[in-house]
Amino acid sequence: MYLTDNAVKDRNSRMRRVRAVEKTAEMIVSLCAFTAVAAVVSITLYMIANGIPAIQQVGCKDILFSAVWKPTAQEPSFGILYIILTSIAGTFLAILISVPLGLLTAIFLSEVASKRLAAMVRPAVELLAGIPSVIYGVLGMMVLNPVMYRLEQRIFAGSRTHQFTGGANLLTAVLVLAVMILPTVINISEAAIQAVPPELKASSLALGASPVQTIFRVTLPAARSGILTAVVLGVGRAIGEAMAISLVSGNSVNLPLPFGSVRFLTTAIVSEMGYAEGLHRQVLFTIGLVLFGFIMVTNLILNGILRGERKA
Amino acid sequence: MTQGKVITKKLNIYYGSNHALKDVDISIRRNVVTALIGPSGCGKSTFLKTINRMNDLVDNVRIEGKVYLDGADIYGRGMDVTRLRKRVGMVFQQPNPFPMSIYDNIAYGPRIHERKSKAQLDEIVERSLRQAAIWEEVREGLYQSALRLSGGQKQRLCIARALAVEPEVLLMDEPTSALDPVSTLKVEELLCHLKKSYTIVVVTHNMQQAARVSDDTAFFLAGEVVEYDTTARLFSHPTDKRTRAYISGKFG
Repeated sequence: MYLTDNAVKDRNSRMRRVRAVEKTAEMIVSLCAFTAVAAVVSITLYMIANGIPAIQQVGCKDILFSAVWKPTAQEPSFGILYIILTSIAGTFLAILISVPLGLLTAIFLSEVASKRLAAMVRPAVELLAGIPSVIYGVLGMMVLNPVMYRLEQRIFAGSRTHQFTGGANLLTAVLVLAVMILPTVINISEAAIQAVPPELKASSLALGASPVQTIFRVTLPAARSGILTAVVLGVGRAIGEAMAISLVSGNSVNLPLPFGSVRFLTTAIVSEMGYAEGLHRQVLFTIGLVLFGFIMVTNLILNGILRGERKA
Repeated sequence: MTQGKVITKKLNIYYGSNHALKDVDISIRRNVVTALIGPSGCGKSTFLKTINRMNDLVDNVRIEGKVYLDGADIYGRGMDVTRLRKRVGMVFQQPNPFPMSIYDNIAYGPRIHERKSKAQLDEIVERSLRQAAIWEEVREGLYQSALRLSGGQKQRLCIARALAVEPEVLLMDEPTSALDPVSTLKVEELLCHLKKSYTIVVVTHNMQQAARVSDDTAFFLAGEVVEYDTTARLFSHPTDKRTRAYISGKFG
């Protein structure tokens, strides 16, 4: 076909335009991706840069392994051991409650409940995930703390050593955390259970296994890595939560005992950053760094699980 | 002919409004291989899944008529489905070992049905794997994951797993359609061997396979049994012209 000069020019300019659009789109997309990466890298650098000086000044041992937290005393002491232990214990106990509860709910939703019933429960779980954490905190304060106080009065009646907390204690924080991470555990493990091939369940049933035997001996083992993912994501959520537990945990630095007033890594930062200065402020950044380390470790574990799953 | 191992009387099955099986009357002989042939969607798999009541799991299914195993109505009141499925084993189209060791795969069924000592289990595992002609290939790695076996090995493992609960009937739903020719041959040889101790019903798309391995053949079409006879007679002298057309490859 014969093209006039004008037609050729026209076509060329159109192609140039298309190419320009392509290039621009590519650039915008790359830029957006870069923003996320840049944010992670700069946050990491910032946390390290601000968390290290206090460690150098006070000493690693005196921060991480000392139990005395007196940041504003004449001779200040910055031991955050109890705070670290509280975060570990709180997260662990919350997981201990939430995983069995969530896993059994996931089994109910995917294997036991009728489609109609599941369709009614599932939105409730999703709603649970959408409730702001401060609401959990307020509810915990209004509902759980008074109950805990009554329990405390009964259990420690006549005790001379127990410091009464008015119900704001580790146990309340654990309960609140457990409910908060429940949707994560339910959703992720339900997805994992749903992903188990139906033929696998059929094989088990065809061997004469009952539905319950099939769930616990075939379906759950087959969904293992997905369920582990749910646990790790639950840990991640629990350890990073600040708002809800700051309202219900009493907020003084103590060894994590069920009825003791406690302070978590997150709530330490929340409650002191506003007025801290100098070395005290720097130690708070160190606490942030420790928290950051915990999150990093959970993510590494998660990546390890996912990689292991891909290999199998 | 003595009374059949599995007998159906006026069996009708509906999936919702779809009439999947129509007035099926069949008597399956014991200790022979019976092949079910027919085009896709003709009801042969549905018929197979009726015998161990796996159809119960399908939503909206309606079953009418009678199915007898050794004279007992399997849809009757007194029938325990898990006991029935122990007596009527099944091998699926896709080899699907459980994500556990070879040993645990085989021991799965026996462990569910009764408490067994380690020595008893060891013996069952070895016997089942030998019966399925895979013992020599896996004896060194019984505790390795079954997922690492090849496709053909996985399918023989699944056969061994089904045999481990000592069923009387073995149902096989296109057991070789996902396998390579060499593995297919091994499974076919296995069938000829196993029929001495089991009643075997095998659904197959492959007419040569039906002719090679089976003693009896039933030809299904649109939910009906068009013709049911010994394999030799059905393939050499089909009485119905639809059967003749199907086995000569005119459709399907």
